[in-house]
Amino acid sequence: MTVLEVKKLQKSFDKTCVLEDISFTLKRGQCLAVIGSSGSGKTTLLRCLNFLERADGGEILLDGTALFDAAAPKSDTERDIRKKRLHFGLVFQNFNLFPQYTALENVTLAQRLSAQERGEGKQMFAKLEEKGRQLLTQVGLAHRMDSYPHQLSGGQQQRVAIARALAGEPDILCFDEPTSALDPELTGEVLKVIRSLREREITMIIVTHEIRFAREVADRVIFMDDGRIVEAGTPAEVIDTPQAERTRRFLERYSE
Amino acid sequence: MLATVFAALCDGFLRTLEIFALTLFGSLPLGLIVAFGSMSGFKPLSLLTRFVVWIVRGTPLMLQLLVIYYCPGLLFGVQLWGSGTAGRYTAALTAFILNYACYFSEIYRGGIEAIPRGQIEAGQVLGMSRKQIFFRVTLLQVVKRILPPISNEVITLVKDTSLARVILVYEIIWEGQSFIRSDGLIWPLFCTGLFYLAFTGLLTLLFNRLERKLDYFRV
Repeated sequence: MTVLEVKKLQKSFDKTCVLEDISFTLKRGQCLAVIGSSGSGKTTLLRCLNFLERADGGEILLDGTALFDAAAPKSDTERDIRKKRLHFGLVFQNFNLFPQYTALENVTLAQRLSAQERGEGKQMFAKLEEKGRQLLTQVGLAHRMDSYPHQLSGGQQQRVAIARALAGEPDILCFDEPTSALDPELTGEVLKVIRSLREREITMIIVTHEIRFAREVADRVIFMDDGRIVEAGTPAEVIDTPQAERTRRFLERYSE
Repeated sequence: MLATVFAALCDGFLRTLEIFALTLFGSLPLGLIVAFGSMSGFKPLSLLTRFVVWIVRGTPLMLQLLVIYYCPGLLFGVQLWGSGTAGRYTAALTAFILNYACYFSEIYRGGIEAIPRGQIEAGQVLGMSRKQIFFRVTLLQVVKRILPPISNEVITLVKDTSLARVILVYEIIWEGQSFIRSDGLIWPLFCTGLFYLAFTGLLTLLFNRLERKLDYFRV
C-alpha cells in the first residue's frame, strides 16, 4: 500500500534550482535510500517533506490525500503545519539533541508539551515516560536514560535522537546522513539500530553516503544528481547494475 | 563625627543602591525590546535601532547624562524633568536605563543569534510551536550563554552610578568627598571604596552561583 507519493517536487534558492521534477512513491513498511554526492538536493528533499522548507512546485500525498500542494494558496496556519509535520520524523546529521535535557527528557519533551496543550494531566506524563524508557531501551540506552547529551558519545546521541523521532510515532521516519558526523567506529551502533527498525517494518527514507548499508537495508534506491533523480529502482538495479553513466561514476568513487 | 559621616555615607549608599536597582529593573527588559528591534526583519526598524545603539554605545555615559538632563529645557523650553532633586534623579535614571538597555540588547542579540538553527528545527519537526520552542528549548541556552557578559555589565553599572553626580545627584562618592571640603577628612572617601568592593564582591558571588547552577549542561 502506497503511503507516500511525491509528485514533481521543485525547489529553488534564489535562482539556483536545487530540486527539479522529483517524483517517487513509497509503500508502507518500505525503506527508501537516497544516495548522491553533496549538493545534489538530497537534504533539501527531506527538508521539504518535513516542512522545514516550502517547495515551490509539486505535491506531497500521504495515504492518497494531499498533504502539500504548491498550487494551492498558502493558507496554512502554524497549527496546520505542526500537525502535518507529525506525519514525518527527522533524524539530523548533527543529532540536535536539546542540551539542557536528559536523554529521557529529550525523548518525551514534545509529547509532554502536546499533552499539556490538550490539557491532559500527570497520568499521561507517567505513560509518556514509560514509553520513553521503552524507546531508549530499544536503542540500547537503558543505562543512559538520565545522562545529558554532552555526557554521551556521538553514536549514543544519535541513538537518543532516533528514539526521540520515534516517540511521535511518525508515518515515515527520515534520516539525513545519520552517520556522517560520527567516528567510523561509532557508525556501526547507529546502523544496527536502523536495521532493527527495518525489521519492525517502520517506513523510512534514508539519505546516506553508506552505499553498502543502503544496498543491504533499502527496498528502493534513488540516485540524485544536480537536483534530479537520475536513476531509481531496487538496490540490485541501481547499485549493482547502474544504467546511467553518472551513477556509475559516483558508485565507482565510493567503492574505491 | 563618626556618626555624621556614617549617616551621610548611608544616605549616599542608599541612593547609589536605588539607582543601581532601578536601572536594572528598567534596562534588562527594555534591552530585550531593543534586541528584537535590531533583529527585526523590517529593515527601517532594525536600521534605526542599530543607529540608536551605536550612538548610545559610542558616546560617554557622562555626556548622555548631561544631554538628557539639559537638552529638553535649553533647546525646547520644556521642563521635562521638573525642578529640584526629584527631577535630576529622574533624568539620571532615564539616561542610565537607556544606556544600559543598549548594552544589554547587544548581549541578548549575540546570545539569541548564537543558538544553532538545528535546535529550532529539531523542535519544529517534533511538532512544537514557536512559543514552546522559545520557552522550552532556546531560552535556557540563551541565558546560559549571556550570563557571563551580563554579569560584567552589572558590575560596571555599580561603578557607573557614580557618574550621576554630574547632574547633582548625591550618590555615595559625592557624600564621601564632601568631608574633604568641610573637615579635611579623606577616610570617608576610602569608605566609599570599601562599599564598592563589598557590593561588587557580593554580585560576583551571586553570578558565580547562577553560572554553577547552569553547569549541568553544555551549549
